[in-house]
Amino acid sequence: MQSSKEQKKSGREKLQRIIDMMQDIENRKVDPFMLDVDSILKVVKEYFPQWEEADELTLDSEVIHHLASVIKLQSEWVKHSSTSLYTDPFLLEEKIDQAGKGEMLHVFLGAWRPLVELEQLSMNSLAAAMRYWDSLVPLKDRWPDLDVQEVAMGTTSRDELVKQRVLGDKFFSDELEAYWEELKEKVKAKSADGKIRYWDFIGADTYEATVERAFLTSFLISYGYATLEIHRLEEEIFIKPFEEPNTEVLSQQSISIPIAVTYKNWEKWKRGELD
Amino acid sequence: MRKKTRGVYASKMKRATHMLFYRRHQKPGVKGWELHKALGVDYPKVLEILDDHLKDLDLQVKTVFEEEKTPAAKPTVEELDKARFYITLRGDLTPKEAKMIGWRIDDLAGLAVTIAHIISKKGQAPRKDVEKLLGEKLPGWKVGINIDRYIRYGYLQQDENDLLYLDWRTRAEVDEKALIKLLLSGDAQTTLTTENTNDEESSEEEQEDE
Repeated sequence: MQSSKEQKKSGREKLQRIIDMMQDIENRKVDPFMLDVDSILKVVKEYFPQWEEADELTLDSEVIHHLASVIKLQSEWVKHSSTSLYTDPFLLEEKIDQAGKGEMLHVFLGAWRPLVELEQLSMNSLAAAMRYWDSLVPLKDRWPDLDVQEVAMGTTSRDELVKQRVLGDKFFSDELEAYWEELKEKVKAKSADGKIRYWDFIGADTYEATVERAFLTSFLISYGYATLEIHRLEEEIFIKPFEEPNTEVLSQQSISIPIAVTYKNWEKWKRGELD
Repeated sequence: MRKKTRGVYASKMKRATHMLFYRRHQKPGVKGWELHKALGVDYPKVLEILDDHLKDLDLQVKTVFEEEKTPAAKPTVEELDKARFYITLRGDLTPKEAKMIGWRIDDLAGLAVTIAHIISKKGQAPRKDVEKLLGEKLPGWKVGINIDRYIRYGYLQQDENDLLYLDWRTRAEVDEKALIKLLLSGDAQTTLTTENTNDEESSEEEQEDE
């Protein structure tokens, strides 16, 4: 006699197979009437008393959900069969198979009413086009050449680039590490549950500085230094630093989470209105 | 009709002709609301008169209702506003004429088979099935090209699951009921087959000449 564990396992496998079959039906790979709804319900009923875990109950409800879709497809099929457009597909396939190319063509020509269209220039449209051309400013006036002086090629140093604000004064990785440390300290100081509100962390005195901090924060998350916790219902976003960088995220399929850091939101945050 | 009214309708009919014959958008045809805006609330009457004039030229004004919901009774102005209007042929083309407008017999027969198959499958069919069906009578390399062509012309559309559906051009140009009826009717097939032999021979000769 099968133990309860084995029975459960076999039940789960059965339900999974049923779901696969119903998905094939939903994807129109299998005729919806191939499925015997009564026997599926019998299987579902048979195993239902044994389900205890959440995933088992989910599997059970998934079967019912797909079963409802299949029944809907069956009812659509019956409805379509009662319309004047319904033709037995097998009969039609047989006819198509038997018909020669020419015969098929004649049949189609009896039902085909191709669209009629004209393509022609009129004197009016030509005159309008000429008027437009006359009023069109030449390209050299619309797009004047930029006055750029030619300079000889040379070399530059990192300090020079930092001075010209092409590069920051720190290496990006150093900057990111320092920023991570700042996050950890802030979280330690401000909260006991190891997370901080996103805006409380990125918010700065100026809007420009806030955008820069949001930019750096995005790298903290992408590179596995921290993660986001989103409470959709409350519309709250928290940022949670990791104690050690999580390198696994680099090899996983990442998802993008857009967060609007608008001037309006920044003003609201300054006034303490952004929760 | 009084002289003045006749003049108004003549001018509206001209405007309707321009709008319907010349393509204004990416797709041919004109939406009802555009005609409503340009011709006024009595545009269905204008189209009726135009349709009557087009009879002699073997053309017609074709109305395609939104989402294929052809009203059972006389359509309301609201329904007409949402519909799209086209000018199509009224009668049948001969195979020679079909060839003259740029269709090869093979391609047109393939289109007929594809449309009939999709109709029989309740309006959608996997592309693979259609490829298999066409592959029985068309060379393999041509099957994919043909299906892509039907999609490009607007006869079919394909979704991300590679399912094929009938698209706007089929709804505008093909009388689906007539197609299925003709295909299933034994009488039509016998008469058509006899006619067909001569036409097919001559068109094949012409194709060889090309």
